[in-house]
Amino acid sequence: MSEKALNTRLLPEIQPMLRLSFSMRLQKIGLNPLLLTGLLLLALVVLAAIGAPLLTPYNPIEQSLNELFIPPLSPHHILGTDNFGRDVWSRIVYSTRLDLQIGLISVLFPFAFGSLMGIATGYLGGRLDTLFMRVVDVLMAFPFLILVVAIMSILGPGLTNLYIAVGIVGWIPYARIARGETLAKRHLEYVEAARTTGCSTARIMLRHILPNVIAPGLIYVFTGMVLAILTGATLSFLGLGAQPPTPEWGAMIADGREFLLIAWWITALPGLALLVVGVALSLIGDGLAERR
Amino acid sequence: MRCAGYIRKRLILMVFVLFGVTIVIFSMVRVLPGDPAFIILGERATEQKAADLREQLGLNRPLPEQYWLFVSGLVQGKMGTSLMFRQPVSELVLSRVPISIALAVYAMALAAVITLAFGLLAAANKGRWIDQLIRIIFLFVLTTPVFWFGILMILLFALGLKWFPVAGFGDTLPEHIWYLFLPALTLALQLSAILIRNLRGQIILIMRSDFVRTAQAKGLTERMVLLRHVLRNALLSTVTIFGLQFGFLMGGTLVIETVFAVPGMGQLLFTSITSRDYPVVQAITVVSAVLVIIVNLAVDLSYSFLDPRVTYE
Repeated sequence: MSEKALNTRLLPEIQPMLRLSFSMRLQKIGLNPLLLTGLLLLALVVLAAIGAPLLTPYNPIEQSLNELFIPPLSPHHILGTDNFGRDVWSRIVYSTRLDLQIGLISVLFPFAFGSLMGIATGYLGGRLDTLFMRVVDVLMAFPFLILVVAIMSILGPGLTNLYIAVGIVGWIPYARIARGETLAKRHLEYVEAARTTGCSTARIMLRHILPNVIAPGLIYVFTGMVLAILTGATLSFLGLGAQPPTPEWGAMIADGREFLLIAWWITALPGLALLVVGVALSLIGDGLAERR
Repeated sequence: MRCAGYIRKRLILMVFVLFGVTIVIFSMVRVLPGDPAFIILGERATEQKAADLREQLGLNRPLPEQYWLFVSGLVQGKMGTSLMFRQPVSELVLSRVPISIALAVYAMALAAVITLAFGLLAAANKGRWIDQLIRIIFLFVLTTPVFWFGILMILLFALGLKWFPVAGFGDTLPEHIWYLFLPALTLALQLSAILIRNLRGQIILIMRSDFVRTAQAKGLTERMVLLRHVLRNALLSTVTIFGLQFGFLMGGTLVIETVFAVPGMGQLLFTSITSRDYPVVQAITVVSAVLVIIVNLAVDLSYSFLDPRVTYE
């Protein structure tokens, strides 16, 4: 029986309630406008990353020295070329892969380690918790970016070192979030029940507490990814992250700076790409937060 | 005096955090992979040269002794000699600190104005198009990388409209204010993006309280209620966020200095990294951490001015 047929058979009073508005339909499956817009944008970005070879007519690192500084919207180069005659569109699209990778890898370890630390200190309490809070106090005193830069100055430039540096600093917010949630839930009945039935401490933390406290940290992952991608781009901009000729948005912005007066597009366009990814992830984060 | 006790407690905690900060910076060179001697000399240095440098920097002494030398040096303001400039690091860094602080304070002042204006405007027009517009614009500002935003500012206001200089610092005070306007505005807009969100939310929340209804009932104008009764209470939370974001502002300040060629700590930091001038990097990291600690203390203490009910426990 079709939906329409079903509706007409129902009582007339409740019929208007079945005609859901678009936004109500979205709410029903747990999507709000923020989340939906964010997911659509992110899907486009991910598709661009996967389909990069299909979307781009040129090799992103191939130089063409007789085609320097071609402005955007020219017949062969839709977004123009840079100071080495490389196609800006191809470089921006290929860079999506690297920047998404930076965002993803830089949150994996901090999320896992930070959440486990937060649950353990929050549940066990006592001296461990006090010590942990003092460590957090100390690490919070450093500006994030400056500490990452200082660590990278020892490790040396490059992407692997970028992941290590961001990993050393980045777990703190996840730990604080998980600790706060655990403190609020460790005396609830289901935890007491697990304890009475003789579950081990590790089992209580991993099977009973973790699933119930992980959501806020998971939401923060999207903010963390924005932060990681921006940090990666900033470090590449400063020459510490992705090394030339690898296409990366921050590095591209740095490359174009010298030519700002004659070729603004080399600098301006990669920033827009960063902005799209940042907005997409922020919208998803906000949308998920609003849903709770 | 409960306040004095609280300040004492905060100062003890601050000393502890400072101690932790020195431990982190001290162990960074020693724990992380990478031999500082080779970092400084470059990968192709001979083992003999590296050994000499380790001797010179005291890196082969026992760790507690090294730590003691490091901390006593810090307290006396001796942070080693810059490897590139052949100058004492403290001289080099301290001459740059006031410039970075000035830029950060300038940005904070602009951010306060922007936050108050747009936060109030958004809250007063809750749900209308102007509120949505402010929300969207500042969402974009927030996710924009600060260095790119700075370059766009240069492109638009310095190269395009020629209202402001492209880069530099100027020589006199009015010139400094003039030259630093664009970098400060760039930082301020990003900072406001975080603060406006908070201020708007707080105002809307507090508008629902009983004392606001009382104020409205006794016939005060909407404007009086908003500015005199609501704003002061809403600011309490915004000031906290402001303190927490100071580290973010500090990082942004150092990056934006390289974009606008402002001769502050940031510019020094990034030239030092490319020339592997490790002692300078270390000193700047210490100074920025100390600044964050001081600002957070100041924010905590400022509560009593905003809310006399706050008794420090």
